[in-house]
Amino acid sequence: MVKYLGLTPFAAYVILFLAIPTVLAVTTGFFTEDGAFTLDNIAGLFAPNVLATFGASFWVSAVTAVIGAVVGALVCYALLGTKAEGTLRTVIDSLSSVLAQFGGVMLAFAFIATIGNQGLITVFLRGIGIDIFAESYWLYQLPGLLPVYIYFQVPLMIITFMPALQGLKTTWAEANATLGGTPFTYWTRIAIPVLAPSFIGSLLLLFANAFSSYATAAALISQGAQIVPLQIRSALVSETVLGRENMAGSLALGMIVVMVVVMWGYSVLQNRTSRWQR
Amino acid sequence: MSAQVKLGTEPSAVTRWIILGVVGVIFAIPIIALLQFSFRDGLGGGYTLDHWAGLFDADAARTYRGLFQAIGNSVLLAIVTVAIVLVILLPTMILVHLQFPRLKRVLEFICIIPITVPAIVLVVGLAPVYSVVVKIFGSGVWTLAFAYGITVLPYAYRAIQSNLDAVPVVTLSEAARSLGAGWLTVLRLVLLPNLRRGVLAAAFISVAVVLGEFTIASLLNRVNLQTALLQVGQSDPWVAAIFALLALTFAFVLLLLIGRLARNRNNS
Repeated sequence: MVKYLGLTPFAAYVILFLAIPTVLAVTTGFFTEDGAFTLDNIAGLFAPNVLATFGASFWVSAVTAVIGAVVGALVCYALLGTKAEGTLRTVIDSLSSVLAQFGGVMLAFAFIATIGNQGLITVFLRGIGIDIFAESYWLYQLPGLLPVYIYFQVPLMIITFMPALQGLKTTWAEANATLGGTPFTYWTRIAIPVLAPSFIGSLLLLFANAFSSYATAAALISQGAQIVPLQIRSALVSETVLGRENMAGSLALGMIVVMVVVMWGYSVLQNRTSRWQR
Repeated sequence: MSAQVKLGTEPSAVTRWIILGVVGVIFAIPIIALLQFSFRDGLGGGYTLDHWAGLFDADAARTYRGLFQAIGNSVLLAIVTVAIVLVILLPTMILVHLQFPRLKRVLEFICIIPITVPAIVLVVGLAPVYSVVVKIFGSGVWTLAFAYGITVLPYAYRAIQSNLDAVPVVTLSEAARSLGAGWLTVLRLVLLPNLRRGVLAAAFISVAVVLGEFTIASLLNRVNLQTALLQVGQSDPWVAAIFALLALTFAFVLLLLIGRLARNRNNS
């Protein structure tokens, strides 16, 4: 037993600040403020406006994940054949990491400066007679999330998908050429089938990333609960949503169910890919 | 090179630069817009250096006291978070690697959990935990680092683990042990010098994550760089733009350094 003593600081830390908060987050939904068991909040997940919020989150995540994955994969393809340790790749890697993981609030600012009412592009387009806000002022509403989310999804795709493309072996292309194949058959018969699980896995990761992202949305949309993370915000701030207490807990539960399913799919696909990446 | 092009596995130079050029230009626009915005003179059309110059003004310290305070908070949080990584995560990873190889998968699983349990979910459960933390440690902003230590877990783990996998840690420490070195000596003179790059990369990425963190601070009503930026952005958007640019640039430099560290490792 003594030899496990060295593991206690980490174990204690993870229990206190990861396990307990996670358990609290997903179980508070089952209790009222006074601690009595209730299924009210869980039922609240199926209220029409909450379902609509989950739907909006799904929609935003799916659209930005698909666009991000396709554009990101294209960039990865363009980078094939460049030196992994060269300046180009190092700079693109670092830029991608910054934009994908640490932008948050700052990316929202950048887009307000770009396509806000007085933004660089807005003003430019207005100058040539195009008003991007002709129908409605959509930047601070749900559609406004799309360009900003794509802006961090593409870099995330570059980081996660590049190792898979890098794993394509030259010998496969040689075998293809030796057997009389063309570049077309190489891509359709070898590369794309081999890359498919990894591509779909990355797509799922991008979906999860958008689904759980809060900072950008909070910075753009200061009022309302258009997507699930923002609904959690209003539940935490106002304490009562739909006249229910502890609604934040059941929203967190709903969110984690989606995350676990998506991330489980990601890890299954990732394991399939890692077989030939070694 | 030319033989590979014939195999059709790589894009031609033209294709490559068209893709990179188009995506690069589109992705540069928001950053350029942010930079251009920081030089704008009010809502009129003119340009001015006033917003940048204002930062070095004698009055700046007073005008932007809240913002500078918030930057101080974020720096403090970054330091404490790195300390948590070094004091709690690093020794555990070394210990598991040397003594409990069977627990490697368990440790990896734990360290990846924060990806599946995002900050917006964690913060719901952190609120009650922090009402206890405040009673024990007071309401100092540094306590937020306990939560950030969890947020940076996947990144720090990956950085240290790739270094652990690349160095024959077990052989090295057994060699040192057989020559009579105690565990502390092994750690100080053998393991840490060999893990320097991974540890440094873990520290840098943790700093970048902490400086960019918004969700937990905002919803637990603590002030850090990002929450202050959002606050300042409402009254003085130009200064918010300047600090956003500076923070993004700083994070980029940190990550560039991590890339350098990884490259040196592969070359040596």
